[in-house]
Amino acid sequence: MQRPRWDLPPGPPAFFAGCRRAVWPDSFRECMIVPFHFPQIPGSPGMEEGQMTADPPTPDPPTADGPPAVELMGITKRFPGVVANSNITFSVRRGTVHALVGENGAGKSTLMKTLYGMHQPDEGSISVNGSAVTFHSPADAIAVGIGMVHQHFMLADNLTVWENIVLGSEPVAGGRLDARGARARIDELAGTYGLTVDSGALVETLGVGARQRVEILKVLYRGARILILDEPTAVLVPQEVDELFGNLRELKAEGLTIIFISHKLDEVRTIADEITVIRRGTTVGTADPKAVTNRQLAEMMVGSALPVPELRESTVTDTVVLRLAGVRVGGGAGSRDVLSDIDLQIHAGEVLGIAGVEGNGQAELVDAIMGIRPIAGGSVELAGSDVGHLSTADRRESGVGFIPEDRHRQGLILEGTLWENRILGHQTRRPSARGWLVDRAAARADTRRIVDTFDVRTPGIEVTAASLSGGNQQKLIVGREMSEDPVLLIASHPTRGVDVGAQAAIWEHLRNARAAGLAVLLISADLEELIGMSDRLTVILRGRLTGTYDPHSITPEQLGAAMTGAGEEPSGDEPQGSAKSGEVA
Amino acid sequence: MTGSRGRRILLGAAAPVGALAFSMLITAALLLVTGHNPVEAFSAMISALQRIRIVLGTIDQSAVYYLSAVAVAIGFKMNLFNIGVDGQYRLAAMLSAAVAGAAWMGSLPGFLRIAITLLVAMAVGAAWAGVAALLKVTRGVSEVISTIMLNAIATFIIAYLLTPQRLAVLEGNNISTPKITEGGQLPVIEFEGSTTPLYTLVLLAALVGVLYALMLSRTVFGFNIKATGMSETAAVASGISVKRMIVSAMLLSGAVAGLIGMPELLNGSAASYSLNFPTGIGFTGIAVALLGRNHPVGMVFSALLWAALDSSANALQGVGVPRELVTIMQGIIVLSVVVAYEFVRRYRLTLEARDVARALAARSKEAAQATVSDR
Repeated sequence: MQRPRWDLPPGPPAFFAGCRRAVWPDSFRECMIVPFHFPQIPGSPGMEEGQMTADPPTPDPPTADGPPAVELMGITKRFPGVVANSNITFSVRRGTVHALVGENGAGKSTLMKTLYGMHQPDEGSISVNGSAVTFHSPADAIAVGIGMVHQHFMLADNLTVWENIVLGSEPVAGGRLDARGARARIDELAGTYGLTVDSGALVETLGVGARQRVEILKVLYRGARILILDEPTAVLVPQEVDELFGNLRELKAEGLTIIFISHKLDEVRTIADEITVIRRGTTVGTADPKAVTNRQLAEMMVGSALPVPELRESTVTDTVVLRLAGVRVGGGAGSRDVLSDIDLQIHAGEVLGIAGVEGNGQAELVDAIMGIRPIAGGSVELAGSDVGHLSTADRRESGVGFIPEDRHRQGLILEGTLWENRILGHQTRRPSARGWLVDRAAARADTRRIVDTFDVRTPGIEVTAASLSGGNQQKLIVGREMSEDPVLLIASHPTRGVDVGAQAAIWEHLRNARAAGLAVLLISADLEELIGMSDRLTVILRGRLTGTYDPHSITPEQLGAAMTGAGEEPSGDEPQGSAKSGEVA
Repeated sequence: MTGSRGRRILLGAAAPVGALAFSMLITAALLLVTGHNPVEAFSAMISALQRIRIVLGTIDQSAVYYLSAVAVAIGFKMNLFNIGVDGQYRLAAMLSAAVAGAAWMGSLPGFLRIAITLLVAMAVGAAWAGVAALLKVTRGVSEVISTIMLNAIATFIIAYLLTPQRLAVLEGNNISTPKITEGGQLPVIEFEGSTTPLYTLVLLAALVGVLYALMLSRTVFGFNIKATGMSETAAVASGISVKRMIVSAMLLSGAVAGLIGMPELLNGSAASYSLNFPTGIGFTGIAVALLGRNHPVGMVFSALLWAALDSSANALQGVGVPRELVTIMQGIIVLSVVVAYEFVRRYRLTLEARDVARALAARSKEAAQATVSDR
């Protein structure tokens, strides 16, 4: 089969010049001109191999270290009705970080469950350190030195760190739990790999980053030499990501092999020595992290050219739809305000983009506008009238649509049907309701309209929301929130984690609504989306709006610099932009 | 999707039927171990259920259980564990019995007396549940803890009030509220060959069931209850005030709990609240609601099953088997059904995800073929 070839100049691109420091936050700042290209760590394995190969990955010739740590050959896994993995082949060299990237639902997790012995492949073989193995359960995988760190932590909060680590394989001395021996071994492990954590501390007192180190220690304690990390950065703030990457480099230096599953391309390119891309259940190629760009990787992941976010001619009017003046939100007893002095205006037909490193007050800003979180000062005006005292339901009724940041937690009732989800947030209005009664017929009819207009791929409206793919769930939410003619739309990460088709569709709907006079507050971590889809950009940093920019003239690099406050505090040694993370190892 | 409705009902029924079979299996084993004949025991129970007196008793009892189950289910639907139904109905029954038996009621027309009794019972039940609701929304007290404690407090309040100096009268050896006089009770339907009549307040249970079903499926309030129960975060984002929902659901649950004692009070022969008034029905309601999965129809079946097991228990003694065997059966049913429901729930979700994937795949294949044939 003919596959596209990626021809790239060998060696790091020129803009890496001057970025020599190895640790991410520092290099991040030094390389601020191109914030989304990270230098490879000098001297790490994988540097010498240049090009991205588009051929199905031929197993790398065994390096001096001997056979590859893990080799998967032709793995196929079928579930009734679907083929989750088909003919997957790739190999991981010992002592490297190998990233596995792919869209949601591409089959990464299925593959890793196969490798961890949670189910058996229908076809294909696995070999570890050169010898073929068959896993009947995770215990078999652990026995040959494979350990898995799950995305969601599996720790008992009310136990201490060392208790959590030994749980399930407790060392026994003279018939009793050998607490001292266990702690000594854990402390030694922690010391060897630089996984700083107090083994006597209660897990409930630990931050997310420390909990993750405990999870890693748990796996190491069981003798793992090959670590599978499933989306390890999903729950971390940037500074914690840096710490994690530091730990991973130490593990690598000690000869451990790491398989890193992610879809955050910047991070993958920072930490990985080699990248394998999976699309629709099969491997489509490997890439060299130092030679490939995000866009190229993303296009490999989705198999087509990416849609480009852009707006057409300006539709901005003079009518102010949303006006925030001096809004302040307290951060709870004893802590500083999470939002202060927020002044902003959005006009009809205008998209205002909010740029910021996550955790700088975006969520609180949305909550304050939606009335989910009370404001401690200032005023919120919608179309000229003060709504600061209104409930969330009242604000929604006065014409605010809300695409929440986390569709599973806030946007949907996963076990409810599509038409029940159509009612959510619109319980007090037609067509979902008549007075205090639910209008089932009208709600169903309107759900069908949304399914048709917004191209929600579903066999019907009686299925649960959980059974749809992420992109289709999001299209349903967008369709719902644009119903009943809102005047203001709060779009928080509207295209996060959706496939490119859905992304293009959602952008198109935003453009159309803007042309029809909707005012949109757009929050996104995707700078391309922000710059392309906004009429005006505002940067939020540590709970304050620090500047307004014209998206036509700003580059992602400049915006990235503004987001981290670079130049604002030139003397600070601590990494910028992660002001909220309090954890320092 | 055709067939999915049939499958849904089948899946829904599989768990409780399986749990019943499983519990019979375990109890049979238990009987064998203790040297009894399981066939004899089960056939004694089944033949008991063929007697009209037992059947009528089962129906009367199931109405009471059903009311209790609905009270519990209203809370369960939004993940609110009203363990205090027991205290709520006992306090409500006691106070409404005192009102119904009071001398001044005698001069009022019958329907007014019944209405007042029912309203007082609902109000007391709601008020007692409201205490837990207020504690939860203002101070964050877990309703599980507070309602359990309120049960104990209700017991003491009843003991305090049920004395001759206060609301009770001494009649022989029995202490009770004043008997409700002629006209303050509701008629019962007598059947030939049965000492047990059919309670007319079975209709009240049916009405409550219908209202509960309508509330859940047709009203915005019911939608909000379900939404809050399934995802509180989504409910908040959609504009539902969770605190307000907690208070109203708890009040409603308490009001229905107040009705639990009414069949006994207004249809029963005692016509008063005494120390012999049935207790513990609030806890039975939890089991019945669990078994019926809070579903208005499902709980009818589970209430009937529970009442049938209860009323056939005496027959066991005829064949020399302790009646506590029934309690063991009920316990096993509840334990196994909770496990079975979770299995069924997950199985249903994966089944559906697979169906959706298959339907979409088939559709895109069709579309592809259509475009090919167009050319």
